[in-house]
Amino acid sequence: MNAHDSDRQSSKPTSLALVNARLIDPESRYDGPGSILIEDGKIARVLRGTGHPMGSSAIKVIDCEGHVLMPGLIDGRARTGEPGFEPRETLKSAAQAAAAGGVTSFVVLPDTRPALDDPAMVDFLIRRARHNQLVKIYAAGAATKGLEGSRMSEIGLMKEAGAVYFSDADNAITDSKVLARILAYAHSFGALVAHRPKENHLTKGAVATSGDMATRMGLSSEPAIAERIALERDLGLVELTKARFMADLISTEDSLHAIRRARLKGLQIHASVSIHHLCFNELDIGDYRTFFRLDPPLRSEKDRQALIEGLRHEEIDLIVSNHTPLPAEDKRLPFSESTPGAIGLQTLLSALLGLHMDYDLELAPLLACVTCNPAALLGLPQGRLAQGSPADLIMVDIDIPYTLREADIVSKSKNSPFENRALYGRVLKTMVDGHIIFES
Amino acid sequence: MQSAWALGMNDLDTLINTRLVAFPKRHFHSAIDLDPPDVLNLLDLADAFVLLNASSHKKLDLLKGKTLIHLFFENSTRTQASFELAALRLGADTVTMNPRTSSLAKGETLIDTAMTLKSMRPDLLVIRHPASGAAQLLSQKMQNCAVINAGDGSHQHPTQGLLDLMTIRRTFGHIDSLKVAICGDIIHSRVARSNAQFLNMMGAEVRLVGPITLLPSSGDDWGGEIYTDMREGISGCDIVMMLRLQKERMEGSLIPSAREFTRYYGLDREKLKWAAPRARVMHPGPMNRGVEIESDIADDPKISLIQDQVEMGVALRMAVLASLSSRMEERS
Repeated sequence: MNAHDSDRQSSKPTSLALVNARLIDPESRYDGPGSILIEDGKIARVLRGTGHPMGSSAIKVIDCEGHVLMPGLIDGRARTGEPGFEPRETLKSAAQAAAAGGVTSFVVLPDTRPALDDPAMVDFLIRRARHNQLVKIYAAGAATKGLEGSRMSEIGLMKEAGAVYFSDADNAITDSKVLARILAYAHSFGALVAHRPKENHLTKGAVATSGDMATRMGLSSEPAIAERIALERDLGLVELTKARFMADLISTEDSLHAIRRARLKGLQIHASVSIHHLCFNELDIGDYRTFFRLDPPLRSEKDRQALIEGLRHEEIDLIVSNHTPLPAEDKRLPFSESTPGAIGLQTLLSALLGLHMDYDLELAPLLACVTCNPAALLGLPQGRLAQGSPADLIMVDIDIPYTLREADIVSKSKNSPFENRALYGRVLKTMVDGHIIFES
Repeated sequence: MQSAWALGMNDLDTLINTRLVAFPKRHFHSAIDLDPPDVLNLLDLADAFVLLNASSHKKLDLLKGKTLIHLFFENSTRTQASFELAALRLGADTVTMNPRTSSLAKGETLIDTAMTLKSMRPDLLVIRHPASGAAQLLSQKMQNCAVINAGDGSHQHPTQGLLDLMTIRRTFGHIDSLKVAICGDIIHSRVARSNAQFLNMMGAEVRLVGPITLLPSSGDDWGGEIYTDMREGISGCDIVMMLRLQKERMEGSLIPSAREFTRYYGLDREKLKWAAPRARVMHPGPMNRGVEIESDIADDPKISLIQDQVEMGVALRMAVLASLSSRMEERS
């Protein structure tokens, strides 16, 4: 877990003051003027209020000119393609996209080839990612061998090797006994299990959510309730095992209700939502644009609004990019023949700022879903503006509108549903352990 | 209706030319590309082509110098043949590609295929594909070429919809206020989608009849009432339009067996009595005789319009091709 701390090749210890900023610390909910002093890659002091009390001739000073200074984003769910699908994206290209988008840490899903289903693979991925010296990349371990849903993988050893949570990525474990055992076993190691609520029979072959849109377009579809049906079983198993559990990528109002009920029973249920399901709905697939073919499929506007209200009431722990790079050969196909998924590392922050503007969501709690919440859930020291935390910080001009063009996309794959859409905010500086790794 | 003899060939040429109106869109993907006046224009033009097709001199040069590619990713006999004939009778140079049996589609994305075709500079492209939205995807990449959807997945089959309208109008003299029951596997049918939209557009009353597992969850978006009881559904209808039941529907537990489907939704003389007196029967083909329709009805010329549908297919497709081509001439 501390694999990334203080191993950055640096010639000399850094000492840097970032002054005259608008600090946003989602953990303490502070949103106001302030300055930060960085020493040896860590936050040495956080000063709230105006003035430059840290001004000293010995240190370098950066004037933030009133722009937002906040913890870099932590994206709990991303794919890079490496190992196994390098033409889609490499760890390096994903890290560059992340840096450009203000994401300073992300977790790679285990559905690589080979899968991250044993300690050596987890170790390999972490080492290889560290070699790039860009953002921090973590690994989620596969819950079952080969993500096949039948044999439990070495959860203890993988956790020791650095896996931050366990998941079969987009595969649902249909065998309830297997999932119950995984939940109980992982719990004894204090490990978090994330599981997709996906009813395999109802969702098989579906490329859209059932409704007028899917029928009119002649697309095979799944009823939105399939998600809740699967989720209710998972919640039952959590009740049985008392495990640390995250309902991964919920997308419907019904699922939120189910989680609310489970929490009322006193269960610790975490929930993640993909940024795309907060920004788009089923109507966006209208002209068969395959960049909107996602898993889960885009839902109704009612479901999307319910998710936004869920955010407002802080019922959602994590917002993830679910970054899924796919090259032309997987997307330049008829809708139902294309591979589901969209990239999102670079646009995660901008999309969140858009939600903040459009729905009047308070910034600090909203940003908690991509900073201190994932940090707490995954046991990471970053994601907060606190003394002693790693100086993974971003400086952002949050008000500036822009239109995302294909040429601006840093990822190797260009499948962004935000292409040609208006977004907000520009990342001015991205810092990891006090080093500036991106500037615009 | 005038006959070809009553009109001399020159008159027929004049008739066709006066009825030839430029197509309202660059491509023809779906029923909603047209408004009611556009539909009427095309039907009038197609009627003129019926006269031409009945004459001994069938060939025109409206598409002379134009290149037309037929791209059939799915097997089709009547649609492909009628498009090919339509193009030939209008004097186009045509090529037919069946990518499933050629090397064209091996490992190629549909857009690669489009790029290959684009470099051959066709003027018109007719595509049938098993995936919904394929025609639309192809047309995004084609410049100076009109793409005609000859059936895409479960989405649309607009020329079939138009030829059904044409058959209905020629039989009843009008379309508005007719009651039309579309029966069988509605949910997977592109023909049902195109027909429901066109019939609504032209003022007919549409009903969707079939087992609940083969019907949309709501008829609102289709502009039709939903019936699972065939008796209620076709009661008083002027037209009973049967759809083909695909064999694979039995496998996914959508219906228990062909036998049970036939018992409740197969059209025979007994069930047809529930419809209006002198009701007519249609089927887009190919038929599963003895499953959704009994041969006895399908082959009875007093009841069945199935042969007329096939005959109208060529004339209607000539009208669509000529109209799209006329738009290109106007724009160039």
